[in-house]
Amino acid sequence: MGNPMQHIRPAIVMLVLFTALTGLAYPLALTGIASVLFPWQAGGSLIQRDGKIVGSALVGQNFTSPTYFQSRPSATSAPDPNDSSKTVDAPYNAANSGGSNLGPTSKALIDRVKAAADAKREAGWTGPLPADALTTSASGLDPDISPENALLQAPSVAKARSIDVAKARDLVLAHVEKPWLGFFGEPRVNVLLLNLALDAQK
Amino acid sequence: MTLSGWLQIGLILGLAALTARPLGLYMARVFSGERTFLTPALSPIERLFYRLTGVSPEREQGWLAYTLAMLAFSAAGFASLYAILRLQAFLPLNPQGFDNVPPDLAFNTAISFLTNTNWQAYGGETTMSHFSQMAGLAVHNFLSAATGIALALAVTRAFARASAATLGNFWVDLTRATLYVLLPISLLLAIAFLATGAPQTLAGSVEATTLEGAKQTIALGPMASQEAIKQLGTNGGGFLNANSAHPFENPSAVANLLQVWSMLAVSLGLLIMFGRMVGAEKQGWAFLKVVGVLLIAGVAVIYWSESAGNPLLTQLGLDPANGNMEGKELRFGLALSSLFAAVTTGLSCGAVNAMHDSLTPLGGLVPMFLIQLGEVLPGGVGSGLYGLVVFAILSVFVAGLMVGRTPEFLGKKIESREIKLSMLAVLILPLAILGFSAVAAVLPAALSSLANSGPHGLSEILYAYTSSAGNNGSAFAGLSANTPWWNITTALAMALGRFGYVVPVVAIAGSIAAKKKAMASAGTFPTDGGLFVGLVVGVILIVGGLQFFPALALGPIVEHVLMLAGKTF
Repeated sequence: MGNPMQHIRPAIVMLVLFTALTGLAYPLALTGIASVLFPWQAGGSLIQRDGKIVGSALVGQNFTSPTYFQSRPSATSAPDPNDSSKTVDAPYNAANSGGSNLGPTSKALIDRVKAAADAKREAGWTGPLPADALTTSASGLDPDISPENALLQAPSVAKARSIDVAKARDLVLAHVEKPWLGFFGEPRVNVLLLNLALDAQK
Repeated sequence: MTLSGWLQIGLILGLAALTARPLGLYMARVFSGERTFLTPALSPIERLFYRLTGVSPEREQGWLAYTLAMLAFSAAGFASLYAILRLQAFLPLNPQGFDNVPPDLAFNTAISFLTNTNWQAYGGETTMSHFSQMAGLAVHNFLSAATGIALALAVTRAFARASAATLGNFWVDLTRATLYVLLPISLLLAIAFLATGAPQTLAGSVEATTLEGAKQTIALGPMASQEAIKQLGTNGGGFLNANSAHPFENPSAVANLLQVWSMLAVSLGLLIMFGRMVGAEKQGWAFLKVVGVLLIAGVAVIYWSESAGNPLLTQLGLDPANGNMEGKELRFGLALSSLFAAVTTGLSCGAVNAMHDSLTPLGGLVPMFLIQLGEVLPGGVGSGLYGLVVFAILSVFVAGLMVGRTPEFLGKKIESREIKLSMLAVLILPLAILGFSAVAAVLPAALSSLANSGPHGLSEILYAYTSSAGNNGSAFAGLSANTPWWNITTALAMALGRFGYVVPVVAIAGSIAAKKKAMASAGTFPTDGGLFVGLVVGVILIVGGLQFFPALALGPIVEHVLMLAGKTF
């Protein structure tokens, strides 16, 4: 085995060389390639309306107005402005992704879902409730809802906008993304794109 | 469970199985020093690296020198990563102006990335500068994986050679693994991730004004490049807190296909490489069958349990056909989330596309159990292969005891020294997992970090030490792990799980390499048939798994029963 000290030089120099190659050259070269091949994706798939950035096609956002389709519940948080050691609820905070991490027997989870389910029943939803409308996603930034969820929201959105329910439903159906090759992935509706189309309709 | 769900799972696993052989044969050529199509482009860089480091590539090392080189390299990596994290406020590429990482968190993170664990007690987009991500964390995504491959090669050569004193040269194996395997595939993979929507920019974030007029700050960064090696090197440390559940890291079902494939690709390829290099390709396929049986069983149980859902929620009116969607992304659904959870834990990757803390009790038991089996399904890059070899050694020993013959594996006699060292390695996992969990379960400083109470709280503790000692890195993430207690103990568990395991394994390789290769005779127990596959599966379950059963019974199993009884905490 020789002298154990013989390993020190290769250990340090290898680390420096590989840091330069895999830690700087590789990501920077890829940033260059990206700006040529996929500039829109590389920048975060941002959507502009009237010259202003309104969000990312991939990142969900919070909708509270009855004139918009609502995203899934989100468990993201932000630092409490009054006490930085605490956090406050901040749905769809795209600077701090994360899920609720509530376990299946958590009372907090059951209470939260019960309150949301009661609200849906009050809003006139009948039949089995789509799970995505009542559960938080893993990232807290899920851009999509299920077609069933969107269709159930159509009557109230149509009413708030004073448009035909059929028109709102047609818009939803036109925005359903089918699974790749017919079976790979889940059918879904991107809420931001749907609401943009809704606004563009007037 | 649906047919289309199983078709999606089958397509991804089939694809990974299909690429195992070409990739395995390619790696066998690379690590035997033969020419490949990349040689003209890469050998000048390779030779330059040897010249600058003063390494003579022809000079091979015995097991001790090989181990010392690995340890020296790991020590240098620890020191540099710790320094980068502690000094990040003074370093460039910090558009969000993040502060230096605190000492206990920097210690934990440095050990974590060095050992290929990628346990993250921090949220990426709220803690790490782009420089720390690129030149700190991602570098170790490459190098810890390359180190794993190098160690696997030492073990492979031990069986390929007869009466040999050396196992190869650590520096050469490390360099070739990075240059010829990890870097080129990462580059292609990163471009594919870009095409599916992953960002790649040096900007820190962008401010959007939502349709309702609110401000939304969207974290950005060089994500595609990091995503590629994070998956390919079975590291699993996400750029963002939500990891592969985040729509930037994993934008679509197609991206998810690439994610799962890239986790599996190198580890499966190494099994075939092993077979090829020891002159018995069928041995590689036998290992692949062991992996297939246990991994597909794991996927099936998670998928079944998540589809059965949470009765506490369905009785509130949720559509039972939707299963358990808490902590899952809609674009992946139940099938792709279940597959990802099984693969990432069978593999020691630790990336997640759904929150494991919110899985059903049995759906959460499986990922934990797959890690406890020793991370061999097919395990981390490199570490999975040498883990499987250890289980194969124990299996032929058990078979030898049953028929009263000296056990042999691939023509090498397995004797007392190898068995003792194998058991030493295998016992590290229960020691670290159960030992630390037992202490944490009664320590107020540890318990105050729990997010869930009742049996699920115990599962959070158990999962944390399982994941860290198994060098996995996924979490029941409700646990607030960024406290001195958790940062220090999980770091110790990670170091034990990596180095406490691998040093005995390289010592086994040293003594196996020195043995003569016996010819197979009529009395030799064949190690590439169905009987052997069944035996290894049994040994993995009994030696690897059984010791964790009492702990699992108190966590997820009792939680399952209580959930059915309608109890909440």
